[in-house]
Amino acid sequence: MLACVSTFAIDGIEPRRVLVEADIRSGLPHFCIVGLADRAVREARERVRAAILNSAFAFPPRRITVNLAPAHLRKVGPGFDLAIAAAVLGAAGDLPADGLARWAIFGELSLSGELRGCRGALAVAEGTRRQGLNGLVLPRSRAREAALVEGLTVAGVESLREVAELVAGADAPALPPPGPPGSAGAGSGAEGRMEEPDLADVRGQGGPIEALEVAAAGGHSLLMEGAPGTGKTMLARRLPSILPPLARPEAVEVTRIHSVAGLHRDSGLAARRPFRAPHHTISASGLVGGGAVPTPGEVTLAHRGVLFLDELSEFSRRALEALRQPLEDGRVGVVRGQHAVVFPSRFSLVAATNPCPCGYAGAQDASLCRCTETERERHRRRLSGPLLDRLDLLVAVQRPPAEVLGGPPATSSASVRERVVAARERQARRLAGTGARCNGDMGSALIRLHVRLAPDAERLLAEAYRRSRLSPRGRHRALRVARTAADLEGSDGVESRHVLKALNMRQHEPAAELAA
Amino acid sequence: MSEQRGGACADCLRRAWLLAALAGHIGNADPRRERLGALLALPDMTLIDALGGRKAGSLRARHEQFDAAAAREECARAGLAATCRHDELHPDALGPLPDAPAVLHVAGTVERLAELTAEPAVAVVGARRASPYGLEVAHGLGRGLAAAGLTVVSGLALGVDSAGHAGALEAGGRTIAVLAGGADVPYPPSKRRLYGRLLKTGCAISEMPPGFAPQRWSFVARNRIIAGLAAATVVVEASERSGALITAGFARSLGREVGAVPGHVTSPLAQGTNALLFDGALVVRDAGDVLDLVLGPGIRPARAPRDPALEPRLARMLDAVASGRDTLGALASASSEAAEAMVALAELEILGYLRRGAGGRYTVVADPPSGATAPVA
Repeated sequence: MLACVSTFAIDGIEPRRVLVEADIRSGLPHFCIVGLADRAVREARERVRAAILNSAFAFPPRRITVNLAPAHLRKVGPGFDLAIAAAVLGAAGDLPADGLARWAIFGELSLSGELRGCRGALAVAEGTRRQGLNGLVLPRSRAREAALVEGLTVAGVESLREVAELVAGADAPALPPPGPPGSAGAGSGAEGRMEEPDLADVRGQGGPIEALEVAAAGGHSLLMEGAPGTGKTMLARRLPSILPPLARPEAVEVTRIHSVAGLHRDSGLAARRPFRAPHHTISASGLVGGGAVPTPGEVTLAHRGVLFLDELSEFSRRALEALRQPLEDGRVGVVRGQHAVVFPSRFSLVAATNPCPCGYAGAQDASLCRCTETERERHRRRLSGPLLDRLDLLVAVQRPPAEVLGGPPATSSASVRERVVAARERQARRLAGTGARCNGDMGSALIRLHVRLAPDAERLLAEAYRRSRLSPRGRHRALRVARTAADLEGSDGVESRHVLKALNMRQHEPAAELAA
Repeated sequence: MSEQRGGACADCLRRAWLLAALAGHIGNADPRRERLGALLALPDMTLIDALGGRKAGSLRARHEQFDAAAAREECARAGLAATCRHDELHPDALGPLPDAPAVLHVAGTVERLAELTAEPAVAVVGARRASPYGLEVAHGLGRGLAAAGLTVVSGLALGVDSAGHAGALEAGGRTIAVLAGGADVPYPPSKRRLYGRLLKTGCAISEMPPGFAPQRWSFVARNRIIAGLAAATVVVEASERSGALITAGFARSLGREVGAVPGHVTSPLAQGTNALLFDGALVVRDAGDVLDLVLGPGIRPARAPRDPALEPRLARMLDAVASGRDTLGALASASSEAAEAMVALAELEILGYLRRGAGGRYTVVADPPSGATAPVA
């Protein structure tokens, strides 16, 4: 007998429908799975056999062939277990074929027949909806995540037995309650509920906080320069808290990506923007995605959030070069064989670096720095190039002076976020229909169109240029940033103070070197 | 021989060749300043006998057969001119040196070198691993001295030397780089661009023949030329064993003026300069102090005092930076003031009063260029 069950494979982060066909015929007892299945899928045989027997079904002692179609698509992971078991039971006549046709079935089996959590539930649910199937059966712990897709019946089940009842016509069980301890979503633990880092925890650091605000408001990328231990990472961690709150479609995207990557432990919607801080030894494919089976990289995991590169100069040249496409296009293409996968990658970039190899250039006591001019130059050169061109802002981070440490916080994330949201709205209105979302995206044409300098601001910029404190590229960056500074004040024109603020946060210009 | 103008005689070219041929041997002899001076003062034959060892015979033979025309041709190929001490365009300032170089190979023209050395020259020398403060002061000295029409002499080394050259160029002034290797080879190589820039108006000189790769002793030897060319030598930053102190020593033994820029007594980079000051060197705070020394007190272009039109908030900020509150964090201890401070700092920077250094530390520009006071906004 033949039975057919729908399930989904995750290709990159996209769901692809897979039909699981099971055929049982007489012959020596044999169970084989075909259809470009990886090791985890082929091992499903053992799990499926044990789970069926332990769920008090009979495992047909005949020749069983399971085919996963389409045959050209590589199938990875243990998410096919449940669909295979259901197809086998269907072919054996234990489950009705019309029942099986109503559901997409997805999940990993334990030997006892219980279901385990699995990755990519949201992506699978979206696929189910897109394919016009009316319901999705999946492990109960992931049910809330799948239910984020509207207009889809989601049945969260805990065992193979329950699946059988469902297919036979039982009602879908109610969704589990949202995330209280002990629920299926537990295990996500305290991490998920931990308070988001807030700017109210910061003392001093007025300059860096200003820079974070401008970066958040205009979508500018930011480089922080400072000695080790001055608080660069601490500050970067607080950027997500001042970015506009995640809109629902954005949150769905984030949840889907993190779920596929196995990072999403809560059962509901991602509540906050991701913050990713890969170590500087990361490879290019680790950063932008890759691998034999295309896997999202850090830029994709940071989608809609913040990517923080500490010790920027230590990252490999290749890894930094690879960042250009995702930064510019907001997505990465990974090509494997004849197969291309596209991952989204719209993130805010924050990088940090020491001012020199030893980190003490610019320390209070200048003689602490033992780097030679050559070493400093090499350090600067490592940083320069195409990536530095894309970092709009530079801010120095110093140890806060002792007297501010005991004082009250200067600001809080909530109040900064209010200004950021207002500034973003102004930009969205102004840039509507141009393809740019914020000032950080503006090309030279948009800059000419939208950055109207007051006469004295114009003079100021010309003076900075004349004194070679500014390169032509630096001038463009300054204009973009000045536009954001004006937006933060709700001002239509760009005044000289906005330009000055932008100039204060400009990158080092090689022309300004003293001994060159 | 004294009739020639803008050239080098065969004997002197032979002397330059000999020094290059004996370079390794000179390096093996004790390269301390006193001994080196004595060595370089020896006549050719004595030098060969003293240092030649087993090669003395062949060296004597090659000395005999030296071809001056070939040497001149080689100079021309390298784009260098040459002037020897018998040439009337040879800098007079080198005369008093007991071990004066026989030949100066010049990138640029001999006439230009003569022009530059006709003006009073000041040497600005110091540490290669200079601090931002040292670089700033050296840059300011170069600018101020060049603006007053003086020639800035230094050694193109990393750090203070280069900052001195660069400062002079920024003021549109002229500067001489004295190299330890061939005058056609920028050394250190990373200063290629600076070398190119200074050649447009100034020159690079060396007593060694073209293409000569510098050796340890030749740095000491070129320091005597720096000291010899300059009416005053100013040491900006120097550790206890800095080469700049050797230059100062040469200057002192020539009876030229020696100045030093004071530094923190705790900083290793100020050990050498503070020791010079203790021994009676002139305290140099800015280019004005050097001009007093070289041209006579008060004889100099009037220095623009701080522009009285500078807005009070900017003047306050400038004073705060000058008094050591030189980072944004220190200037705006309350974060609410940060935005305002950022604006003021950027404005002062564009006006030319401040310079932003590594790690966001600001330095007050020594001798702001005259255009600095032009109101912008």
